[in-house]
Amino acid sequence: MAKRVSASNVTAYYGGFKAIENINLTVEPKTVTALIGPSGCGKSTFLRSINRMHEVLPGARVEGSLTIDDQDIYHRDVDVTAVRRTIGMVFQRPNPFPTMSIFENVVAGLKLNGVRRKSILDEAAEKALRSANLWDEVKDRLGKPGAGLSGGQQQRLCIARTIAVEPQVVLMDEPCSALDPISTLAIEDLMFQLKDKFTIIIVTHNMQQAARVSDRTAFFSIEKTGDPGRLIEYDNTQKIFSNPSVKKTEDYITGRFG
Amino acid sequence: MTTTVTSHRTRPPAQPSSLRARRLPGYAAPAIAVAALALSAVIVYGTDIGGPVLVVVLGAILYLAGLFAAANAVEGRRSARNRTWSALIHSAFVLAVLPLVSVVWTLVSKGAERFDANFFQTSMNNIGARDPNGGAYHAIVGTLEQVGFATLITVPLGVLCAIYIVEYGRGKFAFAIRFFVDVMTGIPSIVSGLFVLAFWVLVVSPWFNDGRPSFSGFAAALALSVLMLPTIVRSTEEMLRLVPAPLREGAYALGIPKWKTILRVVVPTALPGIVTGVMLAIARAAGETAPVLLVAGGGAAINTNPFENNQSSLSLFVYQQAGDASKYAPARAWTAALTLVALVLILTIAAKLLARRNRLSR
Amino acid sequence: MGETPHRSADAGTGGTRVTQSHEWPAGASARVAEAPVSTRSPGGDGLGGGGALPRSRKFGAERAFRGLTLAAGTAVLVIIAAIAIFLIAKAVPALRANTENFWSYEGWSPNETQPKFGIGTLAFGTVLSAALALLMAVPVALGIALYLSHYAPRRLGTALGFLVDLLAAVPSVVFGLWGRDIFINPVRDFSVWLNEYFGWLPIFGGDGPFGKSIMLGALVLAIMVLPIITSLSREVFLQTPTANEEAALALGATRWEMLRTAVLPYGRPGIIAAVMLGLGRALGETIALALTLGITFGISFNLIQNGGNTIAANIANAFGEANETGRGALIASGLVLFTITLIVNITARAIIYRRREFTESAA
Repeated sequence: MAKRVSASNVTAYYGGFKAIENINLTVEPKTVTALIGPSGCGKSTFLRSINRMHEVLPGARVEGSLTIDDQDIYHRDVDVTAVRRTIGMVFQRPNPFPTMSIFENVVAGLKLNGVRRKSILDEAAEKALRSANLWDEVKDRLGKPGAGLSGGQQQRLCIARTIAVEPQVVLMDEPCSALDPISTLAIEDLMFQLKDKFTIIIVTHNMQQAARVSDRTAFFSIEKTGDPGRLIEYDNTQKIFSNPSVKKTEDYITGRFG
Repeated sequence: MTTTVTSHRTRPPAQPSSLRARRLPGYAAPAIAVAALALSAVIVYGTDIGGPVLVVVLGAILYLAGLFAAANAVEGRRSARNRTWSALIHSAFVLAVLPLVSVVWTLVSKGAERFDANFFQTSMNNIGARDPNGGAYHAIVGTLEQVGFATLITVPLGVLCAIYIVEYGRGKFAFAIRFFVDVMTGIPSIVSGLFVLAFWVLVVSPWFNDGRPSFSGFAAALALSVLMLPTIVRSTEEMLRLVPAPLREGAYALGIPKWKTILRVVVPTALPGIVTGVMLAIARAAGETAPVLLVAGGGAAINTNPFENNQSSLSLFVYQQAGDASKYAPARAWTAALTLVALVLILTIAAKLLARRNRLSR
Repeated sequence: MGETPHRSADAGTGGTRVTQSHEWPAGASARVAEAPVSTRSPGGDGLGGGGALPRSRKFGAERAFRGLTLAAGTAVLVIIAAIAIFLIAKAVPALRANTENFWSYEGWSPNETQPKFGIGTLAFGTVLSAALALLMAVPVALGIALYLSHYAPRRLGTALGFLVDLLAAVPSVVFGLWGRDIFINPVRDFSVWLNEYFGWLPIFGGDGPFGKSIMLGALVLAIMVLPIITSLSREVFLQTPTANEEAALALGATRWEMLRTAVLPYGRPGIIAAVMLGLGRALGETIALALTLGITFGISFNLIQNGGNTIAANIANAFGEANETGRGALIASGLVLFTITLIVNITARAIIYRRREFTESAA
């Protein structure tokens, strides 16, 4: 179910602007990897290039190679939709489909894949919602609009929607930044459970969060505004937060810059 | 993985085993297009059922079918659907461009014929069927006066009504007003013309006019007002709602009464957006023919008095010239149409530019 | 008509956040604001309408202004009511004078000493031409709107969108003139072709002449409402939150599936509003049809033979020769048109309002 993601020499552009440069890193299956760094350092860009969401923006492109279990996801013959089904994504702000009910939101991905049988959808929805720790809260109102839930519930609904299609990697782009502390805690708990099944890569601004949830941490930074973001250090989370090998990382962790 | 997942494996797999997918080569689409056109030409000319237009139409249909079949066979159903819809959407665009370009082209090429000084300086008074001259001066005067009066009536009324809806209105009554403003946007222009005919021309105007009903430019202005009012209310309402709440609260906190806040702070902030809405309403009203036909009557001579006697307007001029048997009439009709479109477009473009410059509006 | 009515559409779709965010504070501040006004000494602000009102000191500028806006709001209701009342008042005498059944008689001779007129053929022609026009225009308009919002490169989409907005502002008399002078030729050729190969279908049957037919009228109508529907639906599609589009793409949706999952459902109320607005225009369109229809009386589904008439076109054509009863008869037909459009409009608004409540409570 979970797969290894590796990047070598990944460089991403927005039109003429180079957002990240020569990123090399490998993410092991069934781990949580945190991407941290100051604003504008390209960690979200890198995350979005892993499931080819980066290229959705006009003028955006990616160079270098990104593989998932040795399959190049930027190969010419690769089906983008297959990449995105394999590598799910949870966004910064909860974004349930406003016109759909909770149930329809969860099974949206499955329906796209042609699953029509009600029994299968019911089963999959319950499983995904249980995995997202949301089932008990919503089981009595599956037909209600998904947008009627609280922010934290919405975000867990989005996680349920993502894992319902059984991806192998789950990307999370600052999933808690729009949430209150209690909802944040719920999502962090969820990440612990999910890493049994999925490879998780999370972008976060919150260093405590990175320290709490992740096994490995990658620190991104930029020299100055307008420069491309680079990977400064990538190591076990414990090492990064206790004894980083690069001075810049230490400065960032201890709050001296960024 | 849990057992439920394993049982899911019987359904069409959600997860592709490989990221690679077989794709149609780049030359496939053009090749299918050529083949479709060729096949279509063979069918059409072989059976002698039509000309080149039919070849293209049939070719397009065959292309869509062929594309779907090929993509379905190679890339699968989802991709085939995606490609076919994409092709359909693109062809919708092409299909619509043709007539619209033709409208614009005809307008410019035919309208240029009489686009001269004489046209803008003379009226149709004493212009017979054999006269090549004649102009739209009287119609331009009529349009300007009618639209001007309609604007004078609707702007205060519309803005106040919008203020009521946004700032004061509560409960069912305000909802009813909003609802009926929406409904009013759908009133056909001919109905508003009939209304003013029944109300102003037949009932009210005899009082001023020795008991005889009289057409007038002002009646046309009233009819246009009925059409402009909902447009202005809706756009003003939108703009007022976009004024940020802190701005009002800042004023309230200074002890400024609500009505003053509205007039001094809220309305000025929303003003560019309101003006945009008004200009678009004017542009629409200027193009209306039917109400003017019913209540202003039209006329060949210059009549600068909007309160008495028949008056024409540019759009009505176009309509009347279109129905005129003179061989010079079509040229006059097209030139007047070109003038009318120019007037309307200038207003619309100015309104859009204003809207674009103004951050509040969209 | 161009810009404004779509605002009703986006109030239900995209505009919700802005509207909501200030509606509460505005309401809250209203309570805050009124207190100082009533407690303040009235002499301090003897401005504005204060003088025009009774001497009671409770009445200040605030009340006067509020009353003024209320009056303006009420004016809308008054106008709608007045339209109905005056049309009915003028229509009734003519209907009394009618010697045939108003609903079933096929013909329009209200100016005779024995007035005979019936609405049936006109209402039929109105509904038929408007329905045909929408049938042709809506799919194409939605296609173009999607092309402009989600397929075309952004710059091109914006530029072409601007052009569409301009086309939506072109007066209908221009489309009518174009239809009568230019478009009639290809339509006539097409009609002849249809008649030759599909003449066995009643709608394409007949012996001619062809050209000034329901088909021409409906096509011109379709071309006319096309920019309007396109412009409104494009606005709505553009307002789909990017987050929802990305969510669909991140689930592995193709572009079309993304449109189906995120964009089209989100825009549905706006699309309905746009289509209804287009229908309203098509039903009430006068001049374009007066110029392109063959103007005959008789109920026929034949689309290509010269003929066809609508309530509005008939008013424009028959108004010139109408006497007192003739005018009344035309007003009666206008009343029927008014009722039809009113029903269409109220239905559409009801749908939109209900949906808006759903999405707003959800948001």
